[in-house]
Amino acid sequence: MSIWLDSNSKIVVQGITGKNGQFHTEQMLDYGTKVIGGVTPGKGGQETQGLPIWNTLSEATDAGANVSCIFVPPPFAADAIMEAADSGIELIVAITEGIPALDMVKVKKYIENIDTRLIGPNCPGIITPGKSKVGIMPGHIHRRGDVGIISRSGTLTYEAVNQVTEIGLGQSTCIGIGGDPVNGTNFIDCLEAFEKDNNTKSIIMIGEIGGSAEETASEYVKEYVSKPVVGFIAGRTAPPGKRMGHAGAIISGGKGTAKAKMNAMERAGIHVSENPSELGKTLEEIL
Amino acid sequence: MNIHEYQAKGLFAQYDVKTLRGIVASNSTEAAEACKELGGTIWVVKAQVHAGGRGKGGGIILCRSPDEVYEAAEKLIGSRLITPQTTADGVEIRKIYVEEGCNISRELYLGIVLDRERDLPVIMASIEGGVEIEEVANKNPEKILKVHIDPITGLGDWQARKIAFGLGLQGNQIKHCIKFMKSLYKLFVNLDCSIVEINPLVVSSDDEIIALDAKINFDSSGLFRHKEIEELRDVYEEEPLETRADKVGLNYIKLNGEIGCMVNGAGLAMATMDIIKLHGGEPANFLDVGGGADSKQVAEGFKVILSDPEVKAIFVNIFGGIMRCDFIAEGIITAAKEINMSVPLIVRLAGTNVELGKQMLSESGLDLISADDMNDGAIKAINSIGGNA
Repeated sequence: MSIWLDSNSKIVVQGITGKNGQFHTEQMLDYGTKVIGGVTPGKGGQETQGLPIWNTLSEATDAGANVSCIFVPPPFAADAIMEAADSGIELIVAITEGIPALDMVKVKKYIENIDTRLIGPNCPGIITPGKSKVGIMPGHIHRRGDVGIISRSGTLTYEAVNQVTEIGLGQSTCIGIGGDPVNGTNFIDCLEAFEKDNNTKSIIMIGEIGGSAEETASEYVKEYVSKPVVGFIAGRTAPPGKRMGHAGAIISGGKGTAKAKMNAMERAGIHVSENPSELGKTLEEIL
Repeated sequence: MNIHEYQAKGLFAQYDVKTLRGIVASNSTEAAEACKELGGTIWVVKAQVHAGGRGKGGGIILCRSPDEVYEAAEKLIGSRLITPQTTADGVEIRKIYVEEGCNISRELYLGIVLDRERDLPVIMASIEGGVEIEEVANKNPEKILKVHIDPITGLGDWQARKIAFGLGLQGNQIKHCIKFMKSLYKLFVNLDCSIVEINPLVVSSDDEIIALDAKINFDSSGLFRHKEIEELRDVYEEEPLETRADKVGLNYIKLNGEIGCMVNGAGLAMATMDIIKLHGGEPANFLDVGGGADSKQVAEGFKVILSDPEVKAIFVNIFGGIMRCDFIAEGIITAAKEINMSVPLIVRLAGTNVELGKQMLSESGLDLISADDMNDGAIKAINSIGGNA
């Protein structure tokens, strides 16, 4: 078991003919992900990497696709997400970085009443080791196991994955929820799913400065999560008012500091690691 | 991205959001002429810098004659303004805004921001204008009115009315306020703003609703569709090294420490700063080379880091995903050929193509310290400059 993604998932890549789309489709296929084709409007009927290209998403869902991975450039990405949602895709993974926030506000409103799950945007994607990877993470550092990992950051997730693998454990599913202020799946959605998943025995949650998602998620952990959780917050040294790379990573009006988030985590019984290279060690100690 | 008050008011005028008449000036003669052109008997001279709290820093001067305007301009232009939001050195005032006076009967607060908890734009208004709104939010949250806006239907009249009545407005003030808010919301959406804030928003003695101040912050992800906004950028308000890095697509933020950092990914870059601090060091910068950088960009990143005279060592921390370790290695080698790497270089590579990257570095004969993981790297970086981590 794992959450949201397994070996039966059939993936369509939106923006498959772009540079990133092509490279990562190849990587996903190498990993064993069932990519069944791609969508690039205007290139329908052609082929790439032995896969069919369609003009529209509904052709892809007709062919059996239930998961989409989006590499479409920022000006067109919000539209691509809504097309996927409208076509009956169950899981939409939006990798694209730099989608205008107000476009995402509309997307969120649009998908509110549609039975679909959006992960991202501006995220590394989701991987269930040994079964399927949808996104841009390096597959080889992962190993099948029972630690669920959730993070707002890409490379910091790899760091956590690597540490878990190095202490001889593995991951059930890893999800990068993305660093934008408006995104789809949040910490709580992931925590809820990991809590229910029989094969997930512990959880690592990696947050960063900005917003209050970590505080809200900590409240949730306190109330509903029985499995051990290790936490880390990036950005303790970040000065207020400066955007640290991610659009959402900014301390403004004295809110969103790392300290407040770490305190909230500790109050919820989360084992907070002060050192980002000791996530694996912290996990080992509590298990 | 931030802009100046006079630029924000120019945009307000385009959207029919009421402001007072004003003219921007870059020397005292222009300022004195501006007040003659505006007419009247009272003017306000305002320093044009991006930092807030200008009034507290003495950057806003009330004048009752053209001579006083001249003197105020003389005093401000070229001086450094220190406000609660600037560093102790302050920022140089290069331009001022001369604005006509106004009979104020009430001072209010109005702002539109993106509410990240509800993923919707929210209008916030308060009867406590002219003071720090964060303070009001902390002490008297009930004094802040909030209305969330559906992005599909936009701001409804009924929502605007709710705020207008909530602010205790009366008679003609109500209809002026509704028109004002609807115009402002249109501007917020059309220009991809992340913040539009007016503090104070004033009610004049003849019942007009007027923006006395104007602050706009744009969503940088939306700028690709607003070239005209991009042109309002004032590079003098930005850290020169940040602007230089930005030109080659690198995300660099200058800090005050001694250990330069080059990292891929924003989260890992922040964590790298944190781990340096944890071991008693001070990071000199945040630098995310991103996933798509090539060796030229990496080389430019080194040059930017080394342009900061405070930097005494550089810690390269890469976990290759999309970014390949061999690109980083090539960038380090290229940079070392072009510039004198005068400080210790600590390199930690992991992930995609790590073996190739390490091999390239060792064959290059460069004098560097390699690290096993980020903890080891941070410790070695601190110790390389005489620290004791």
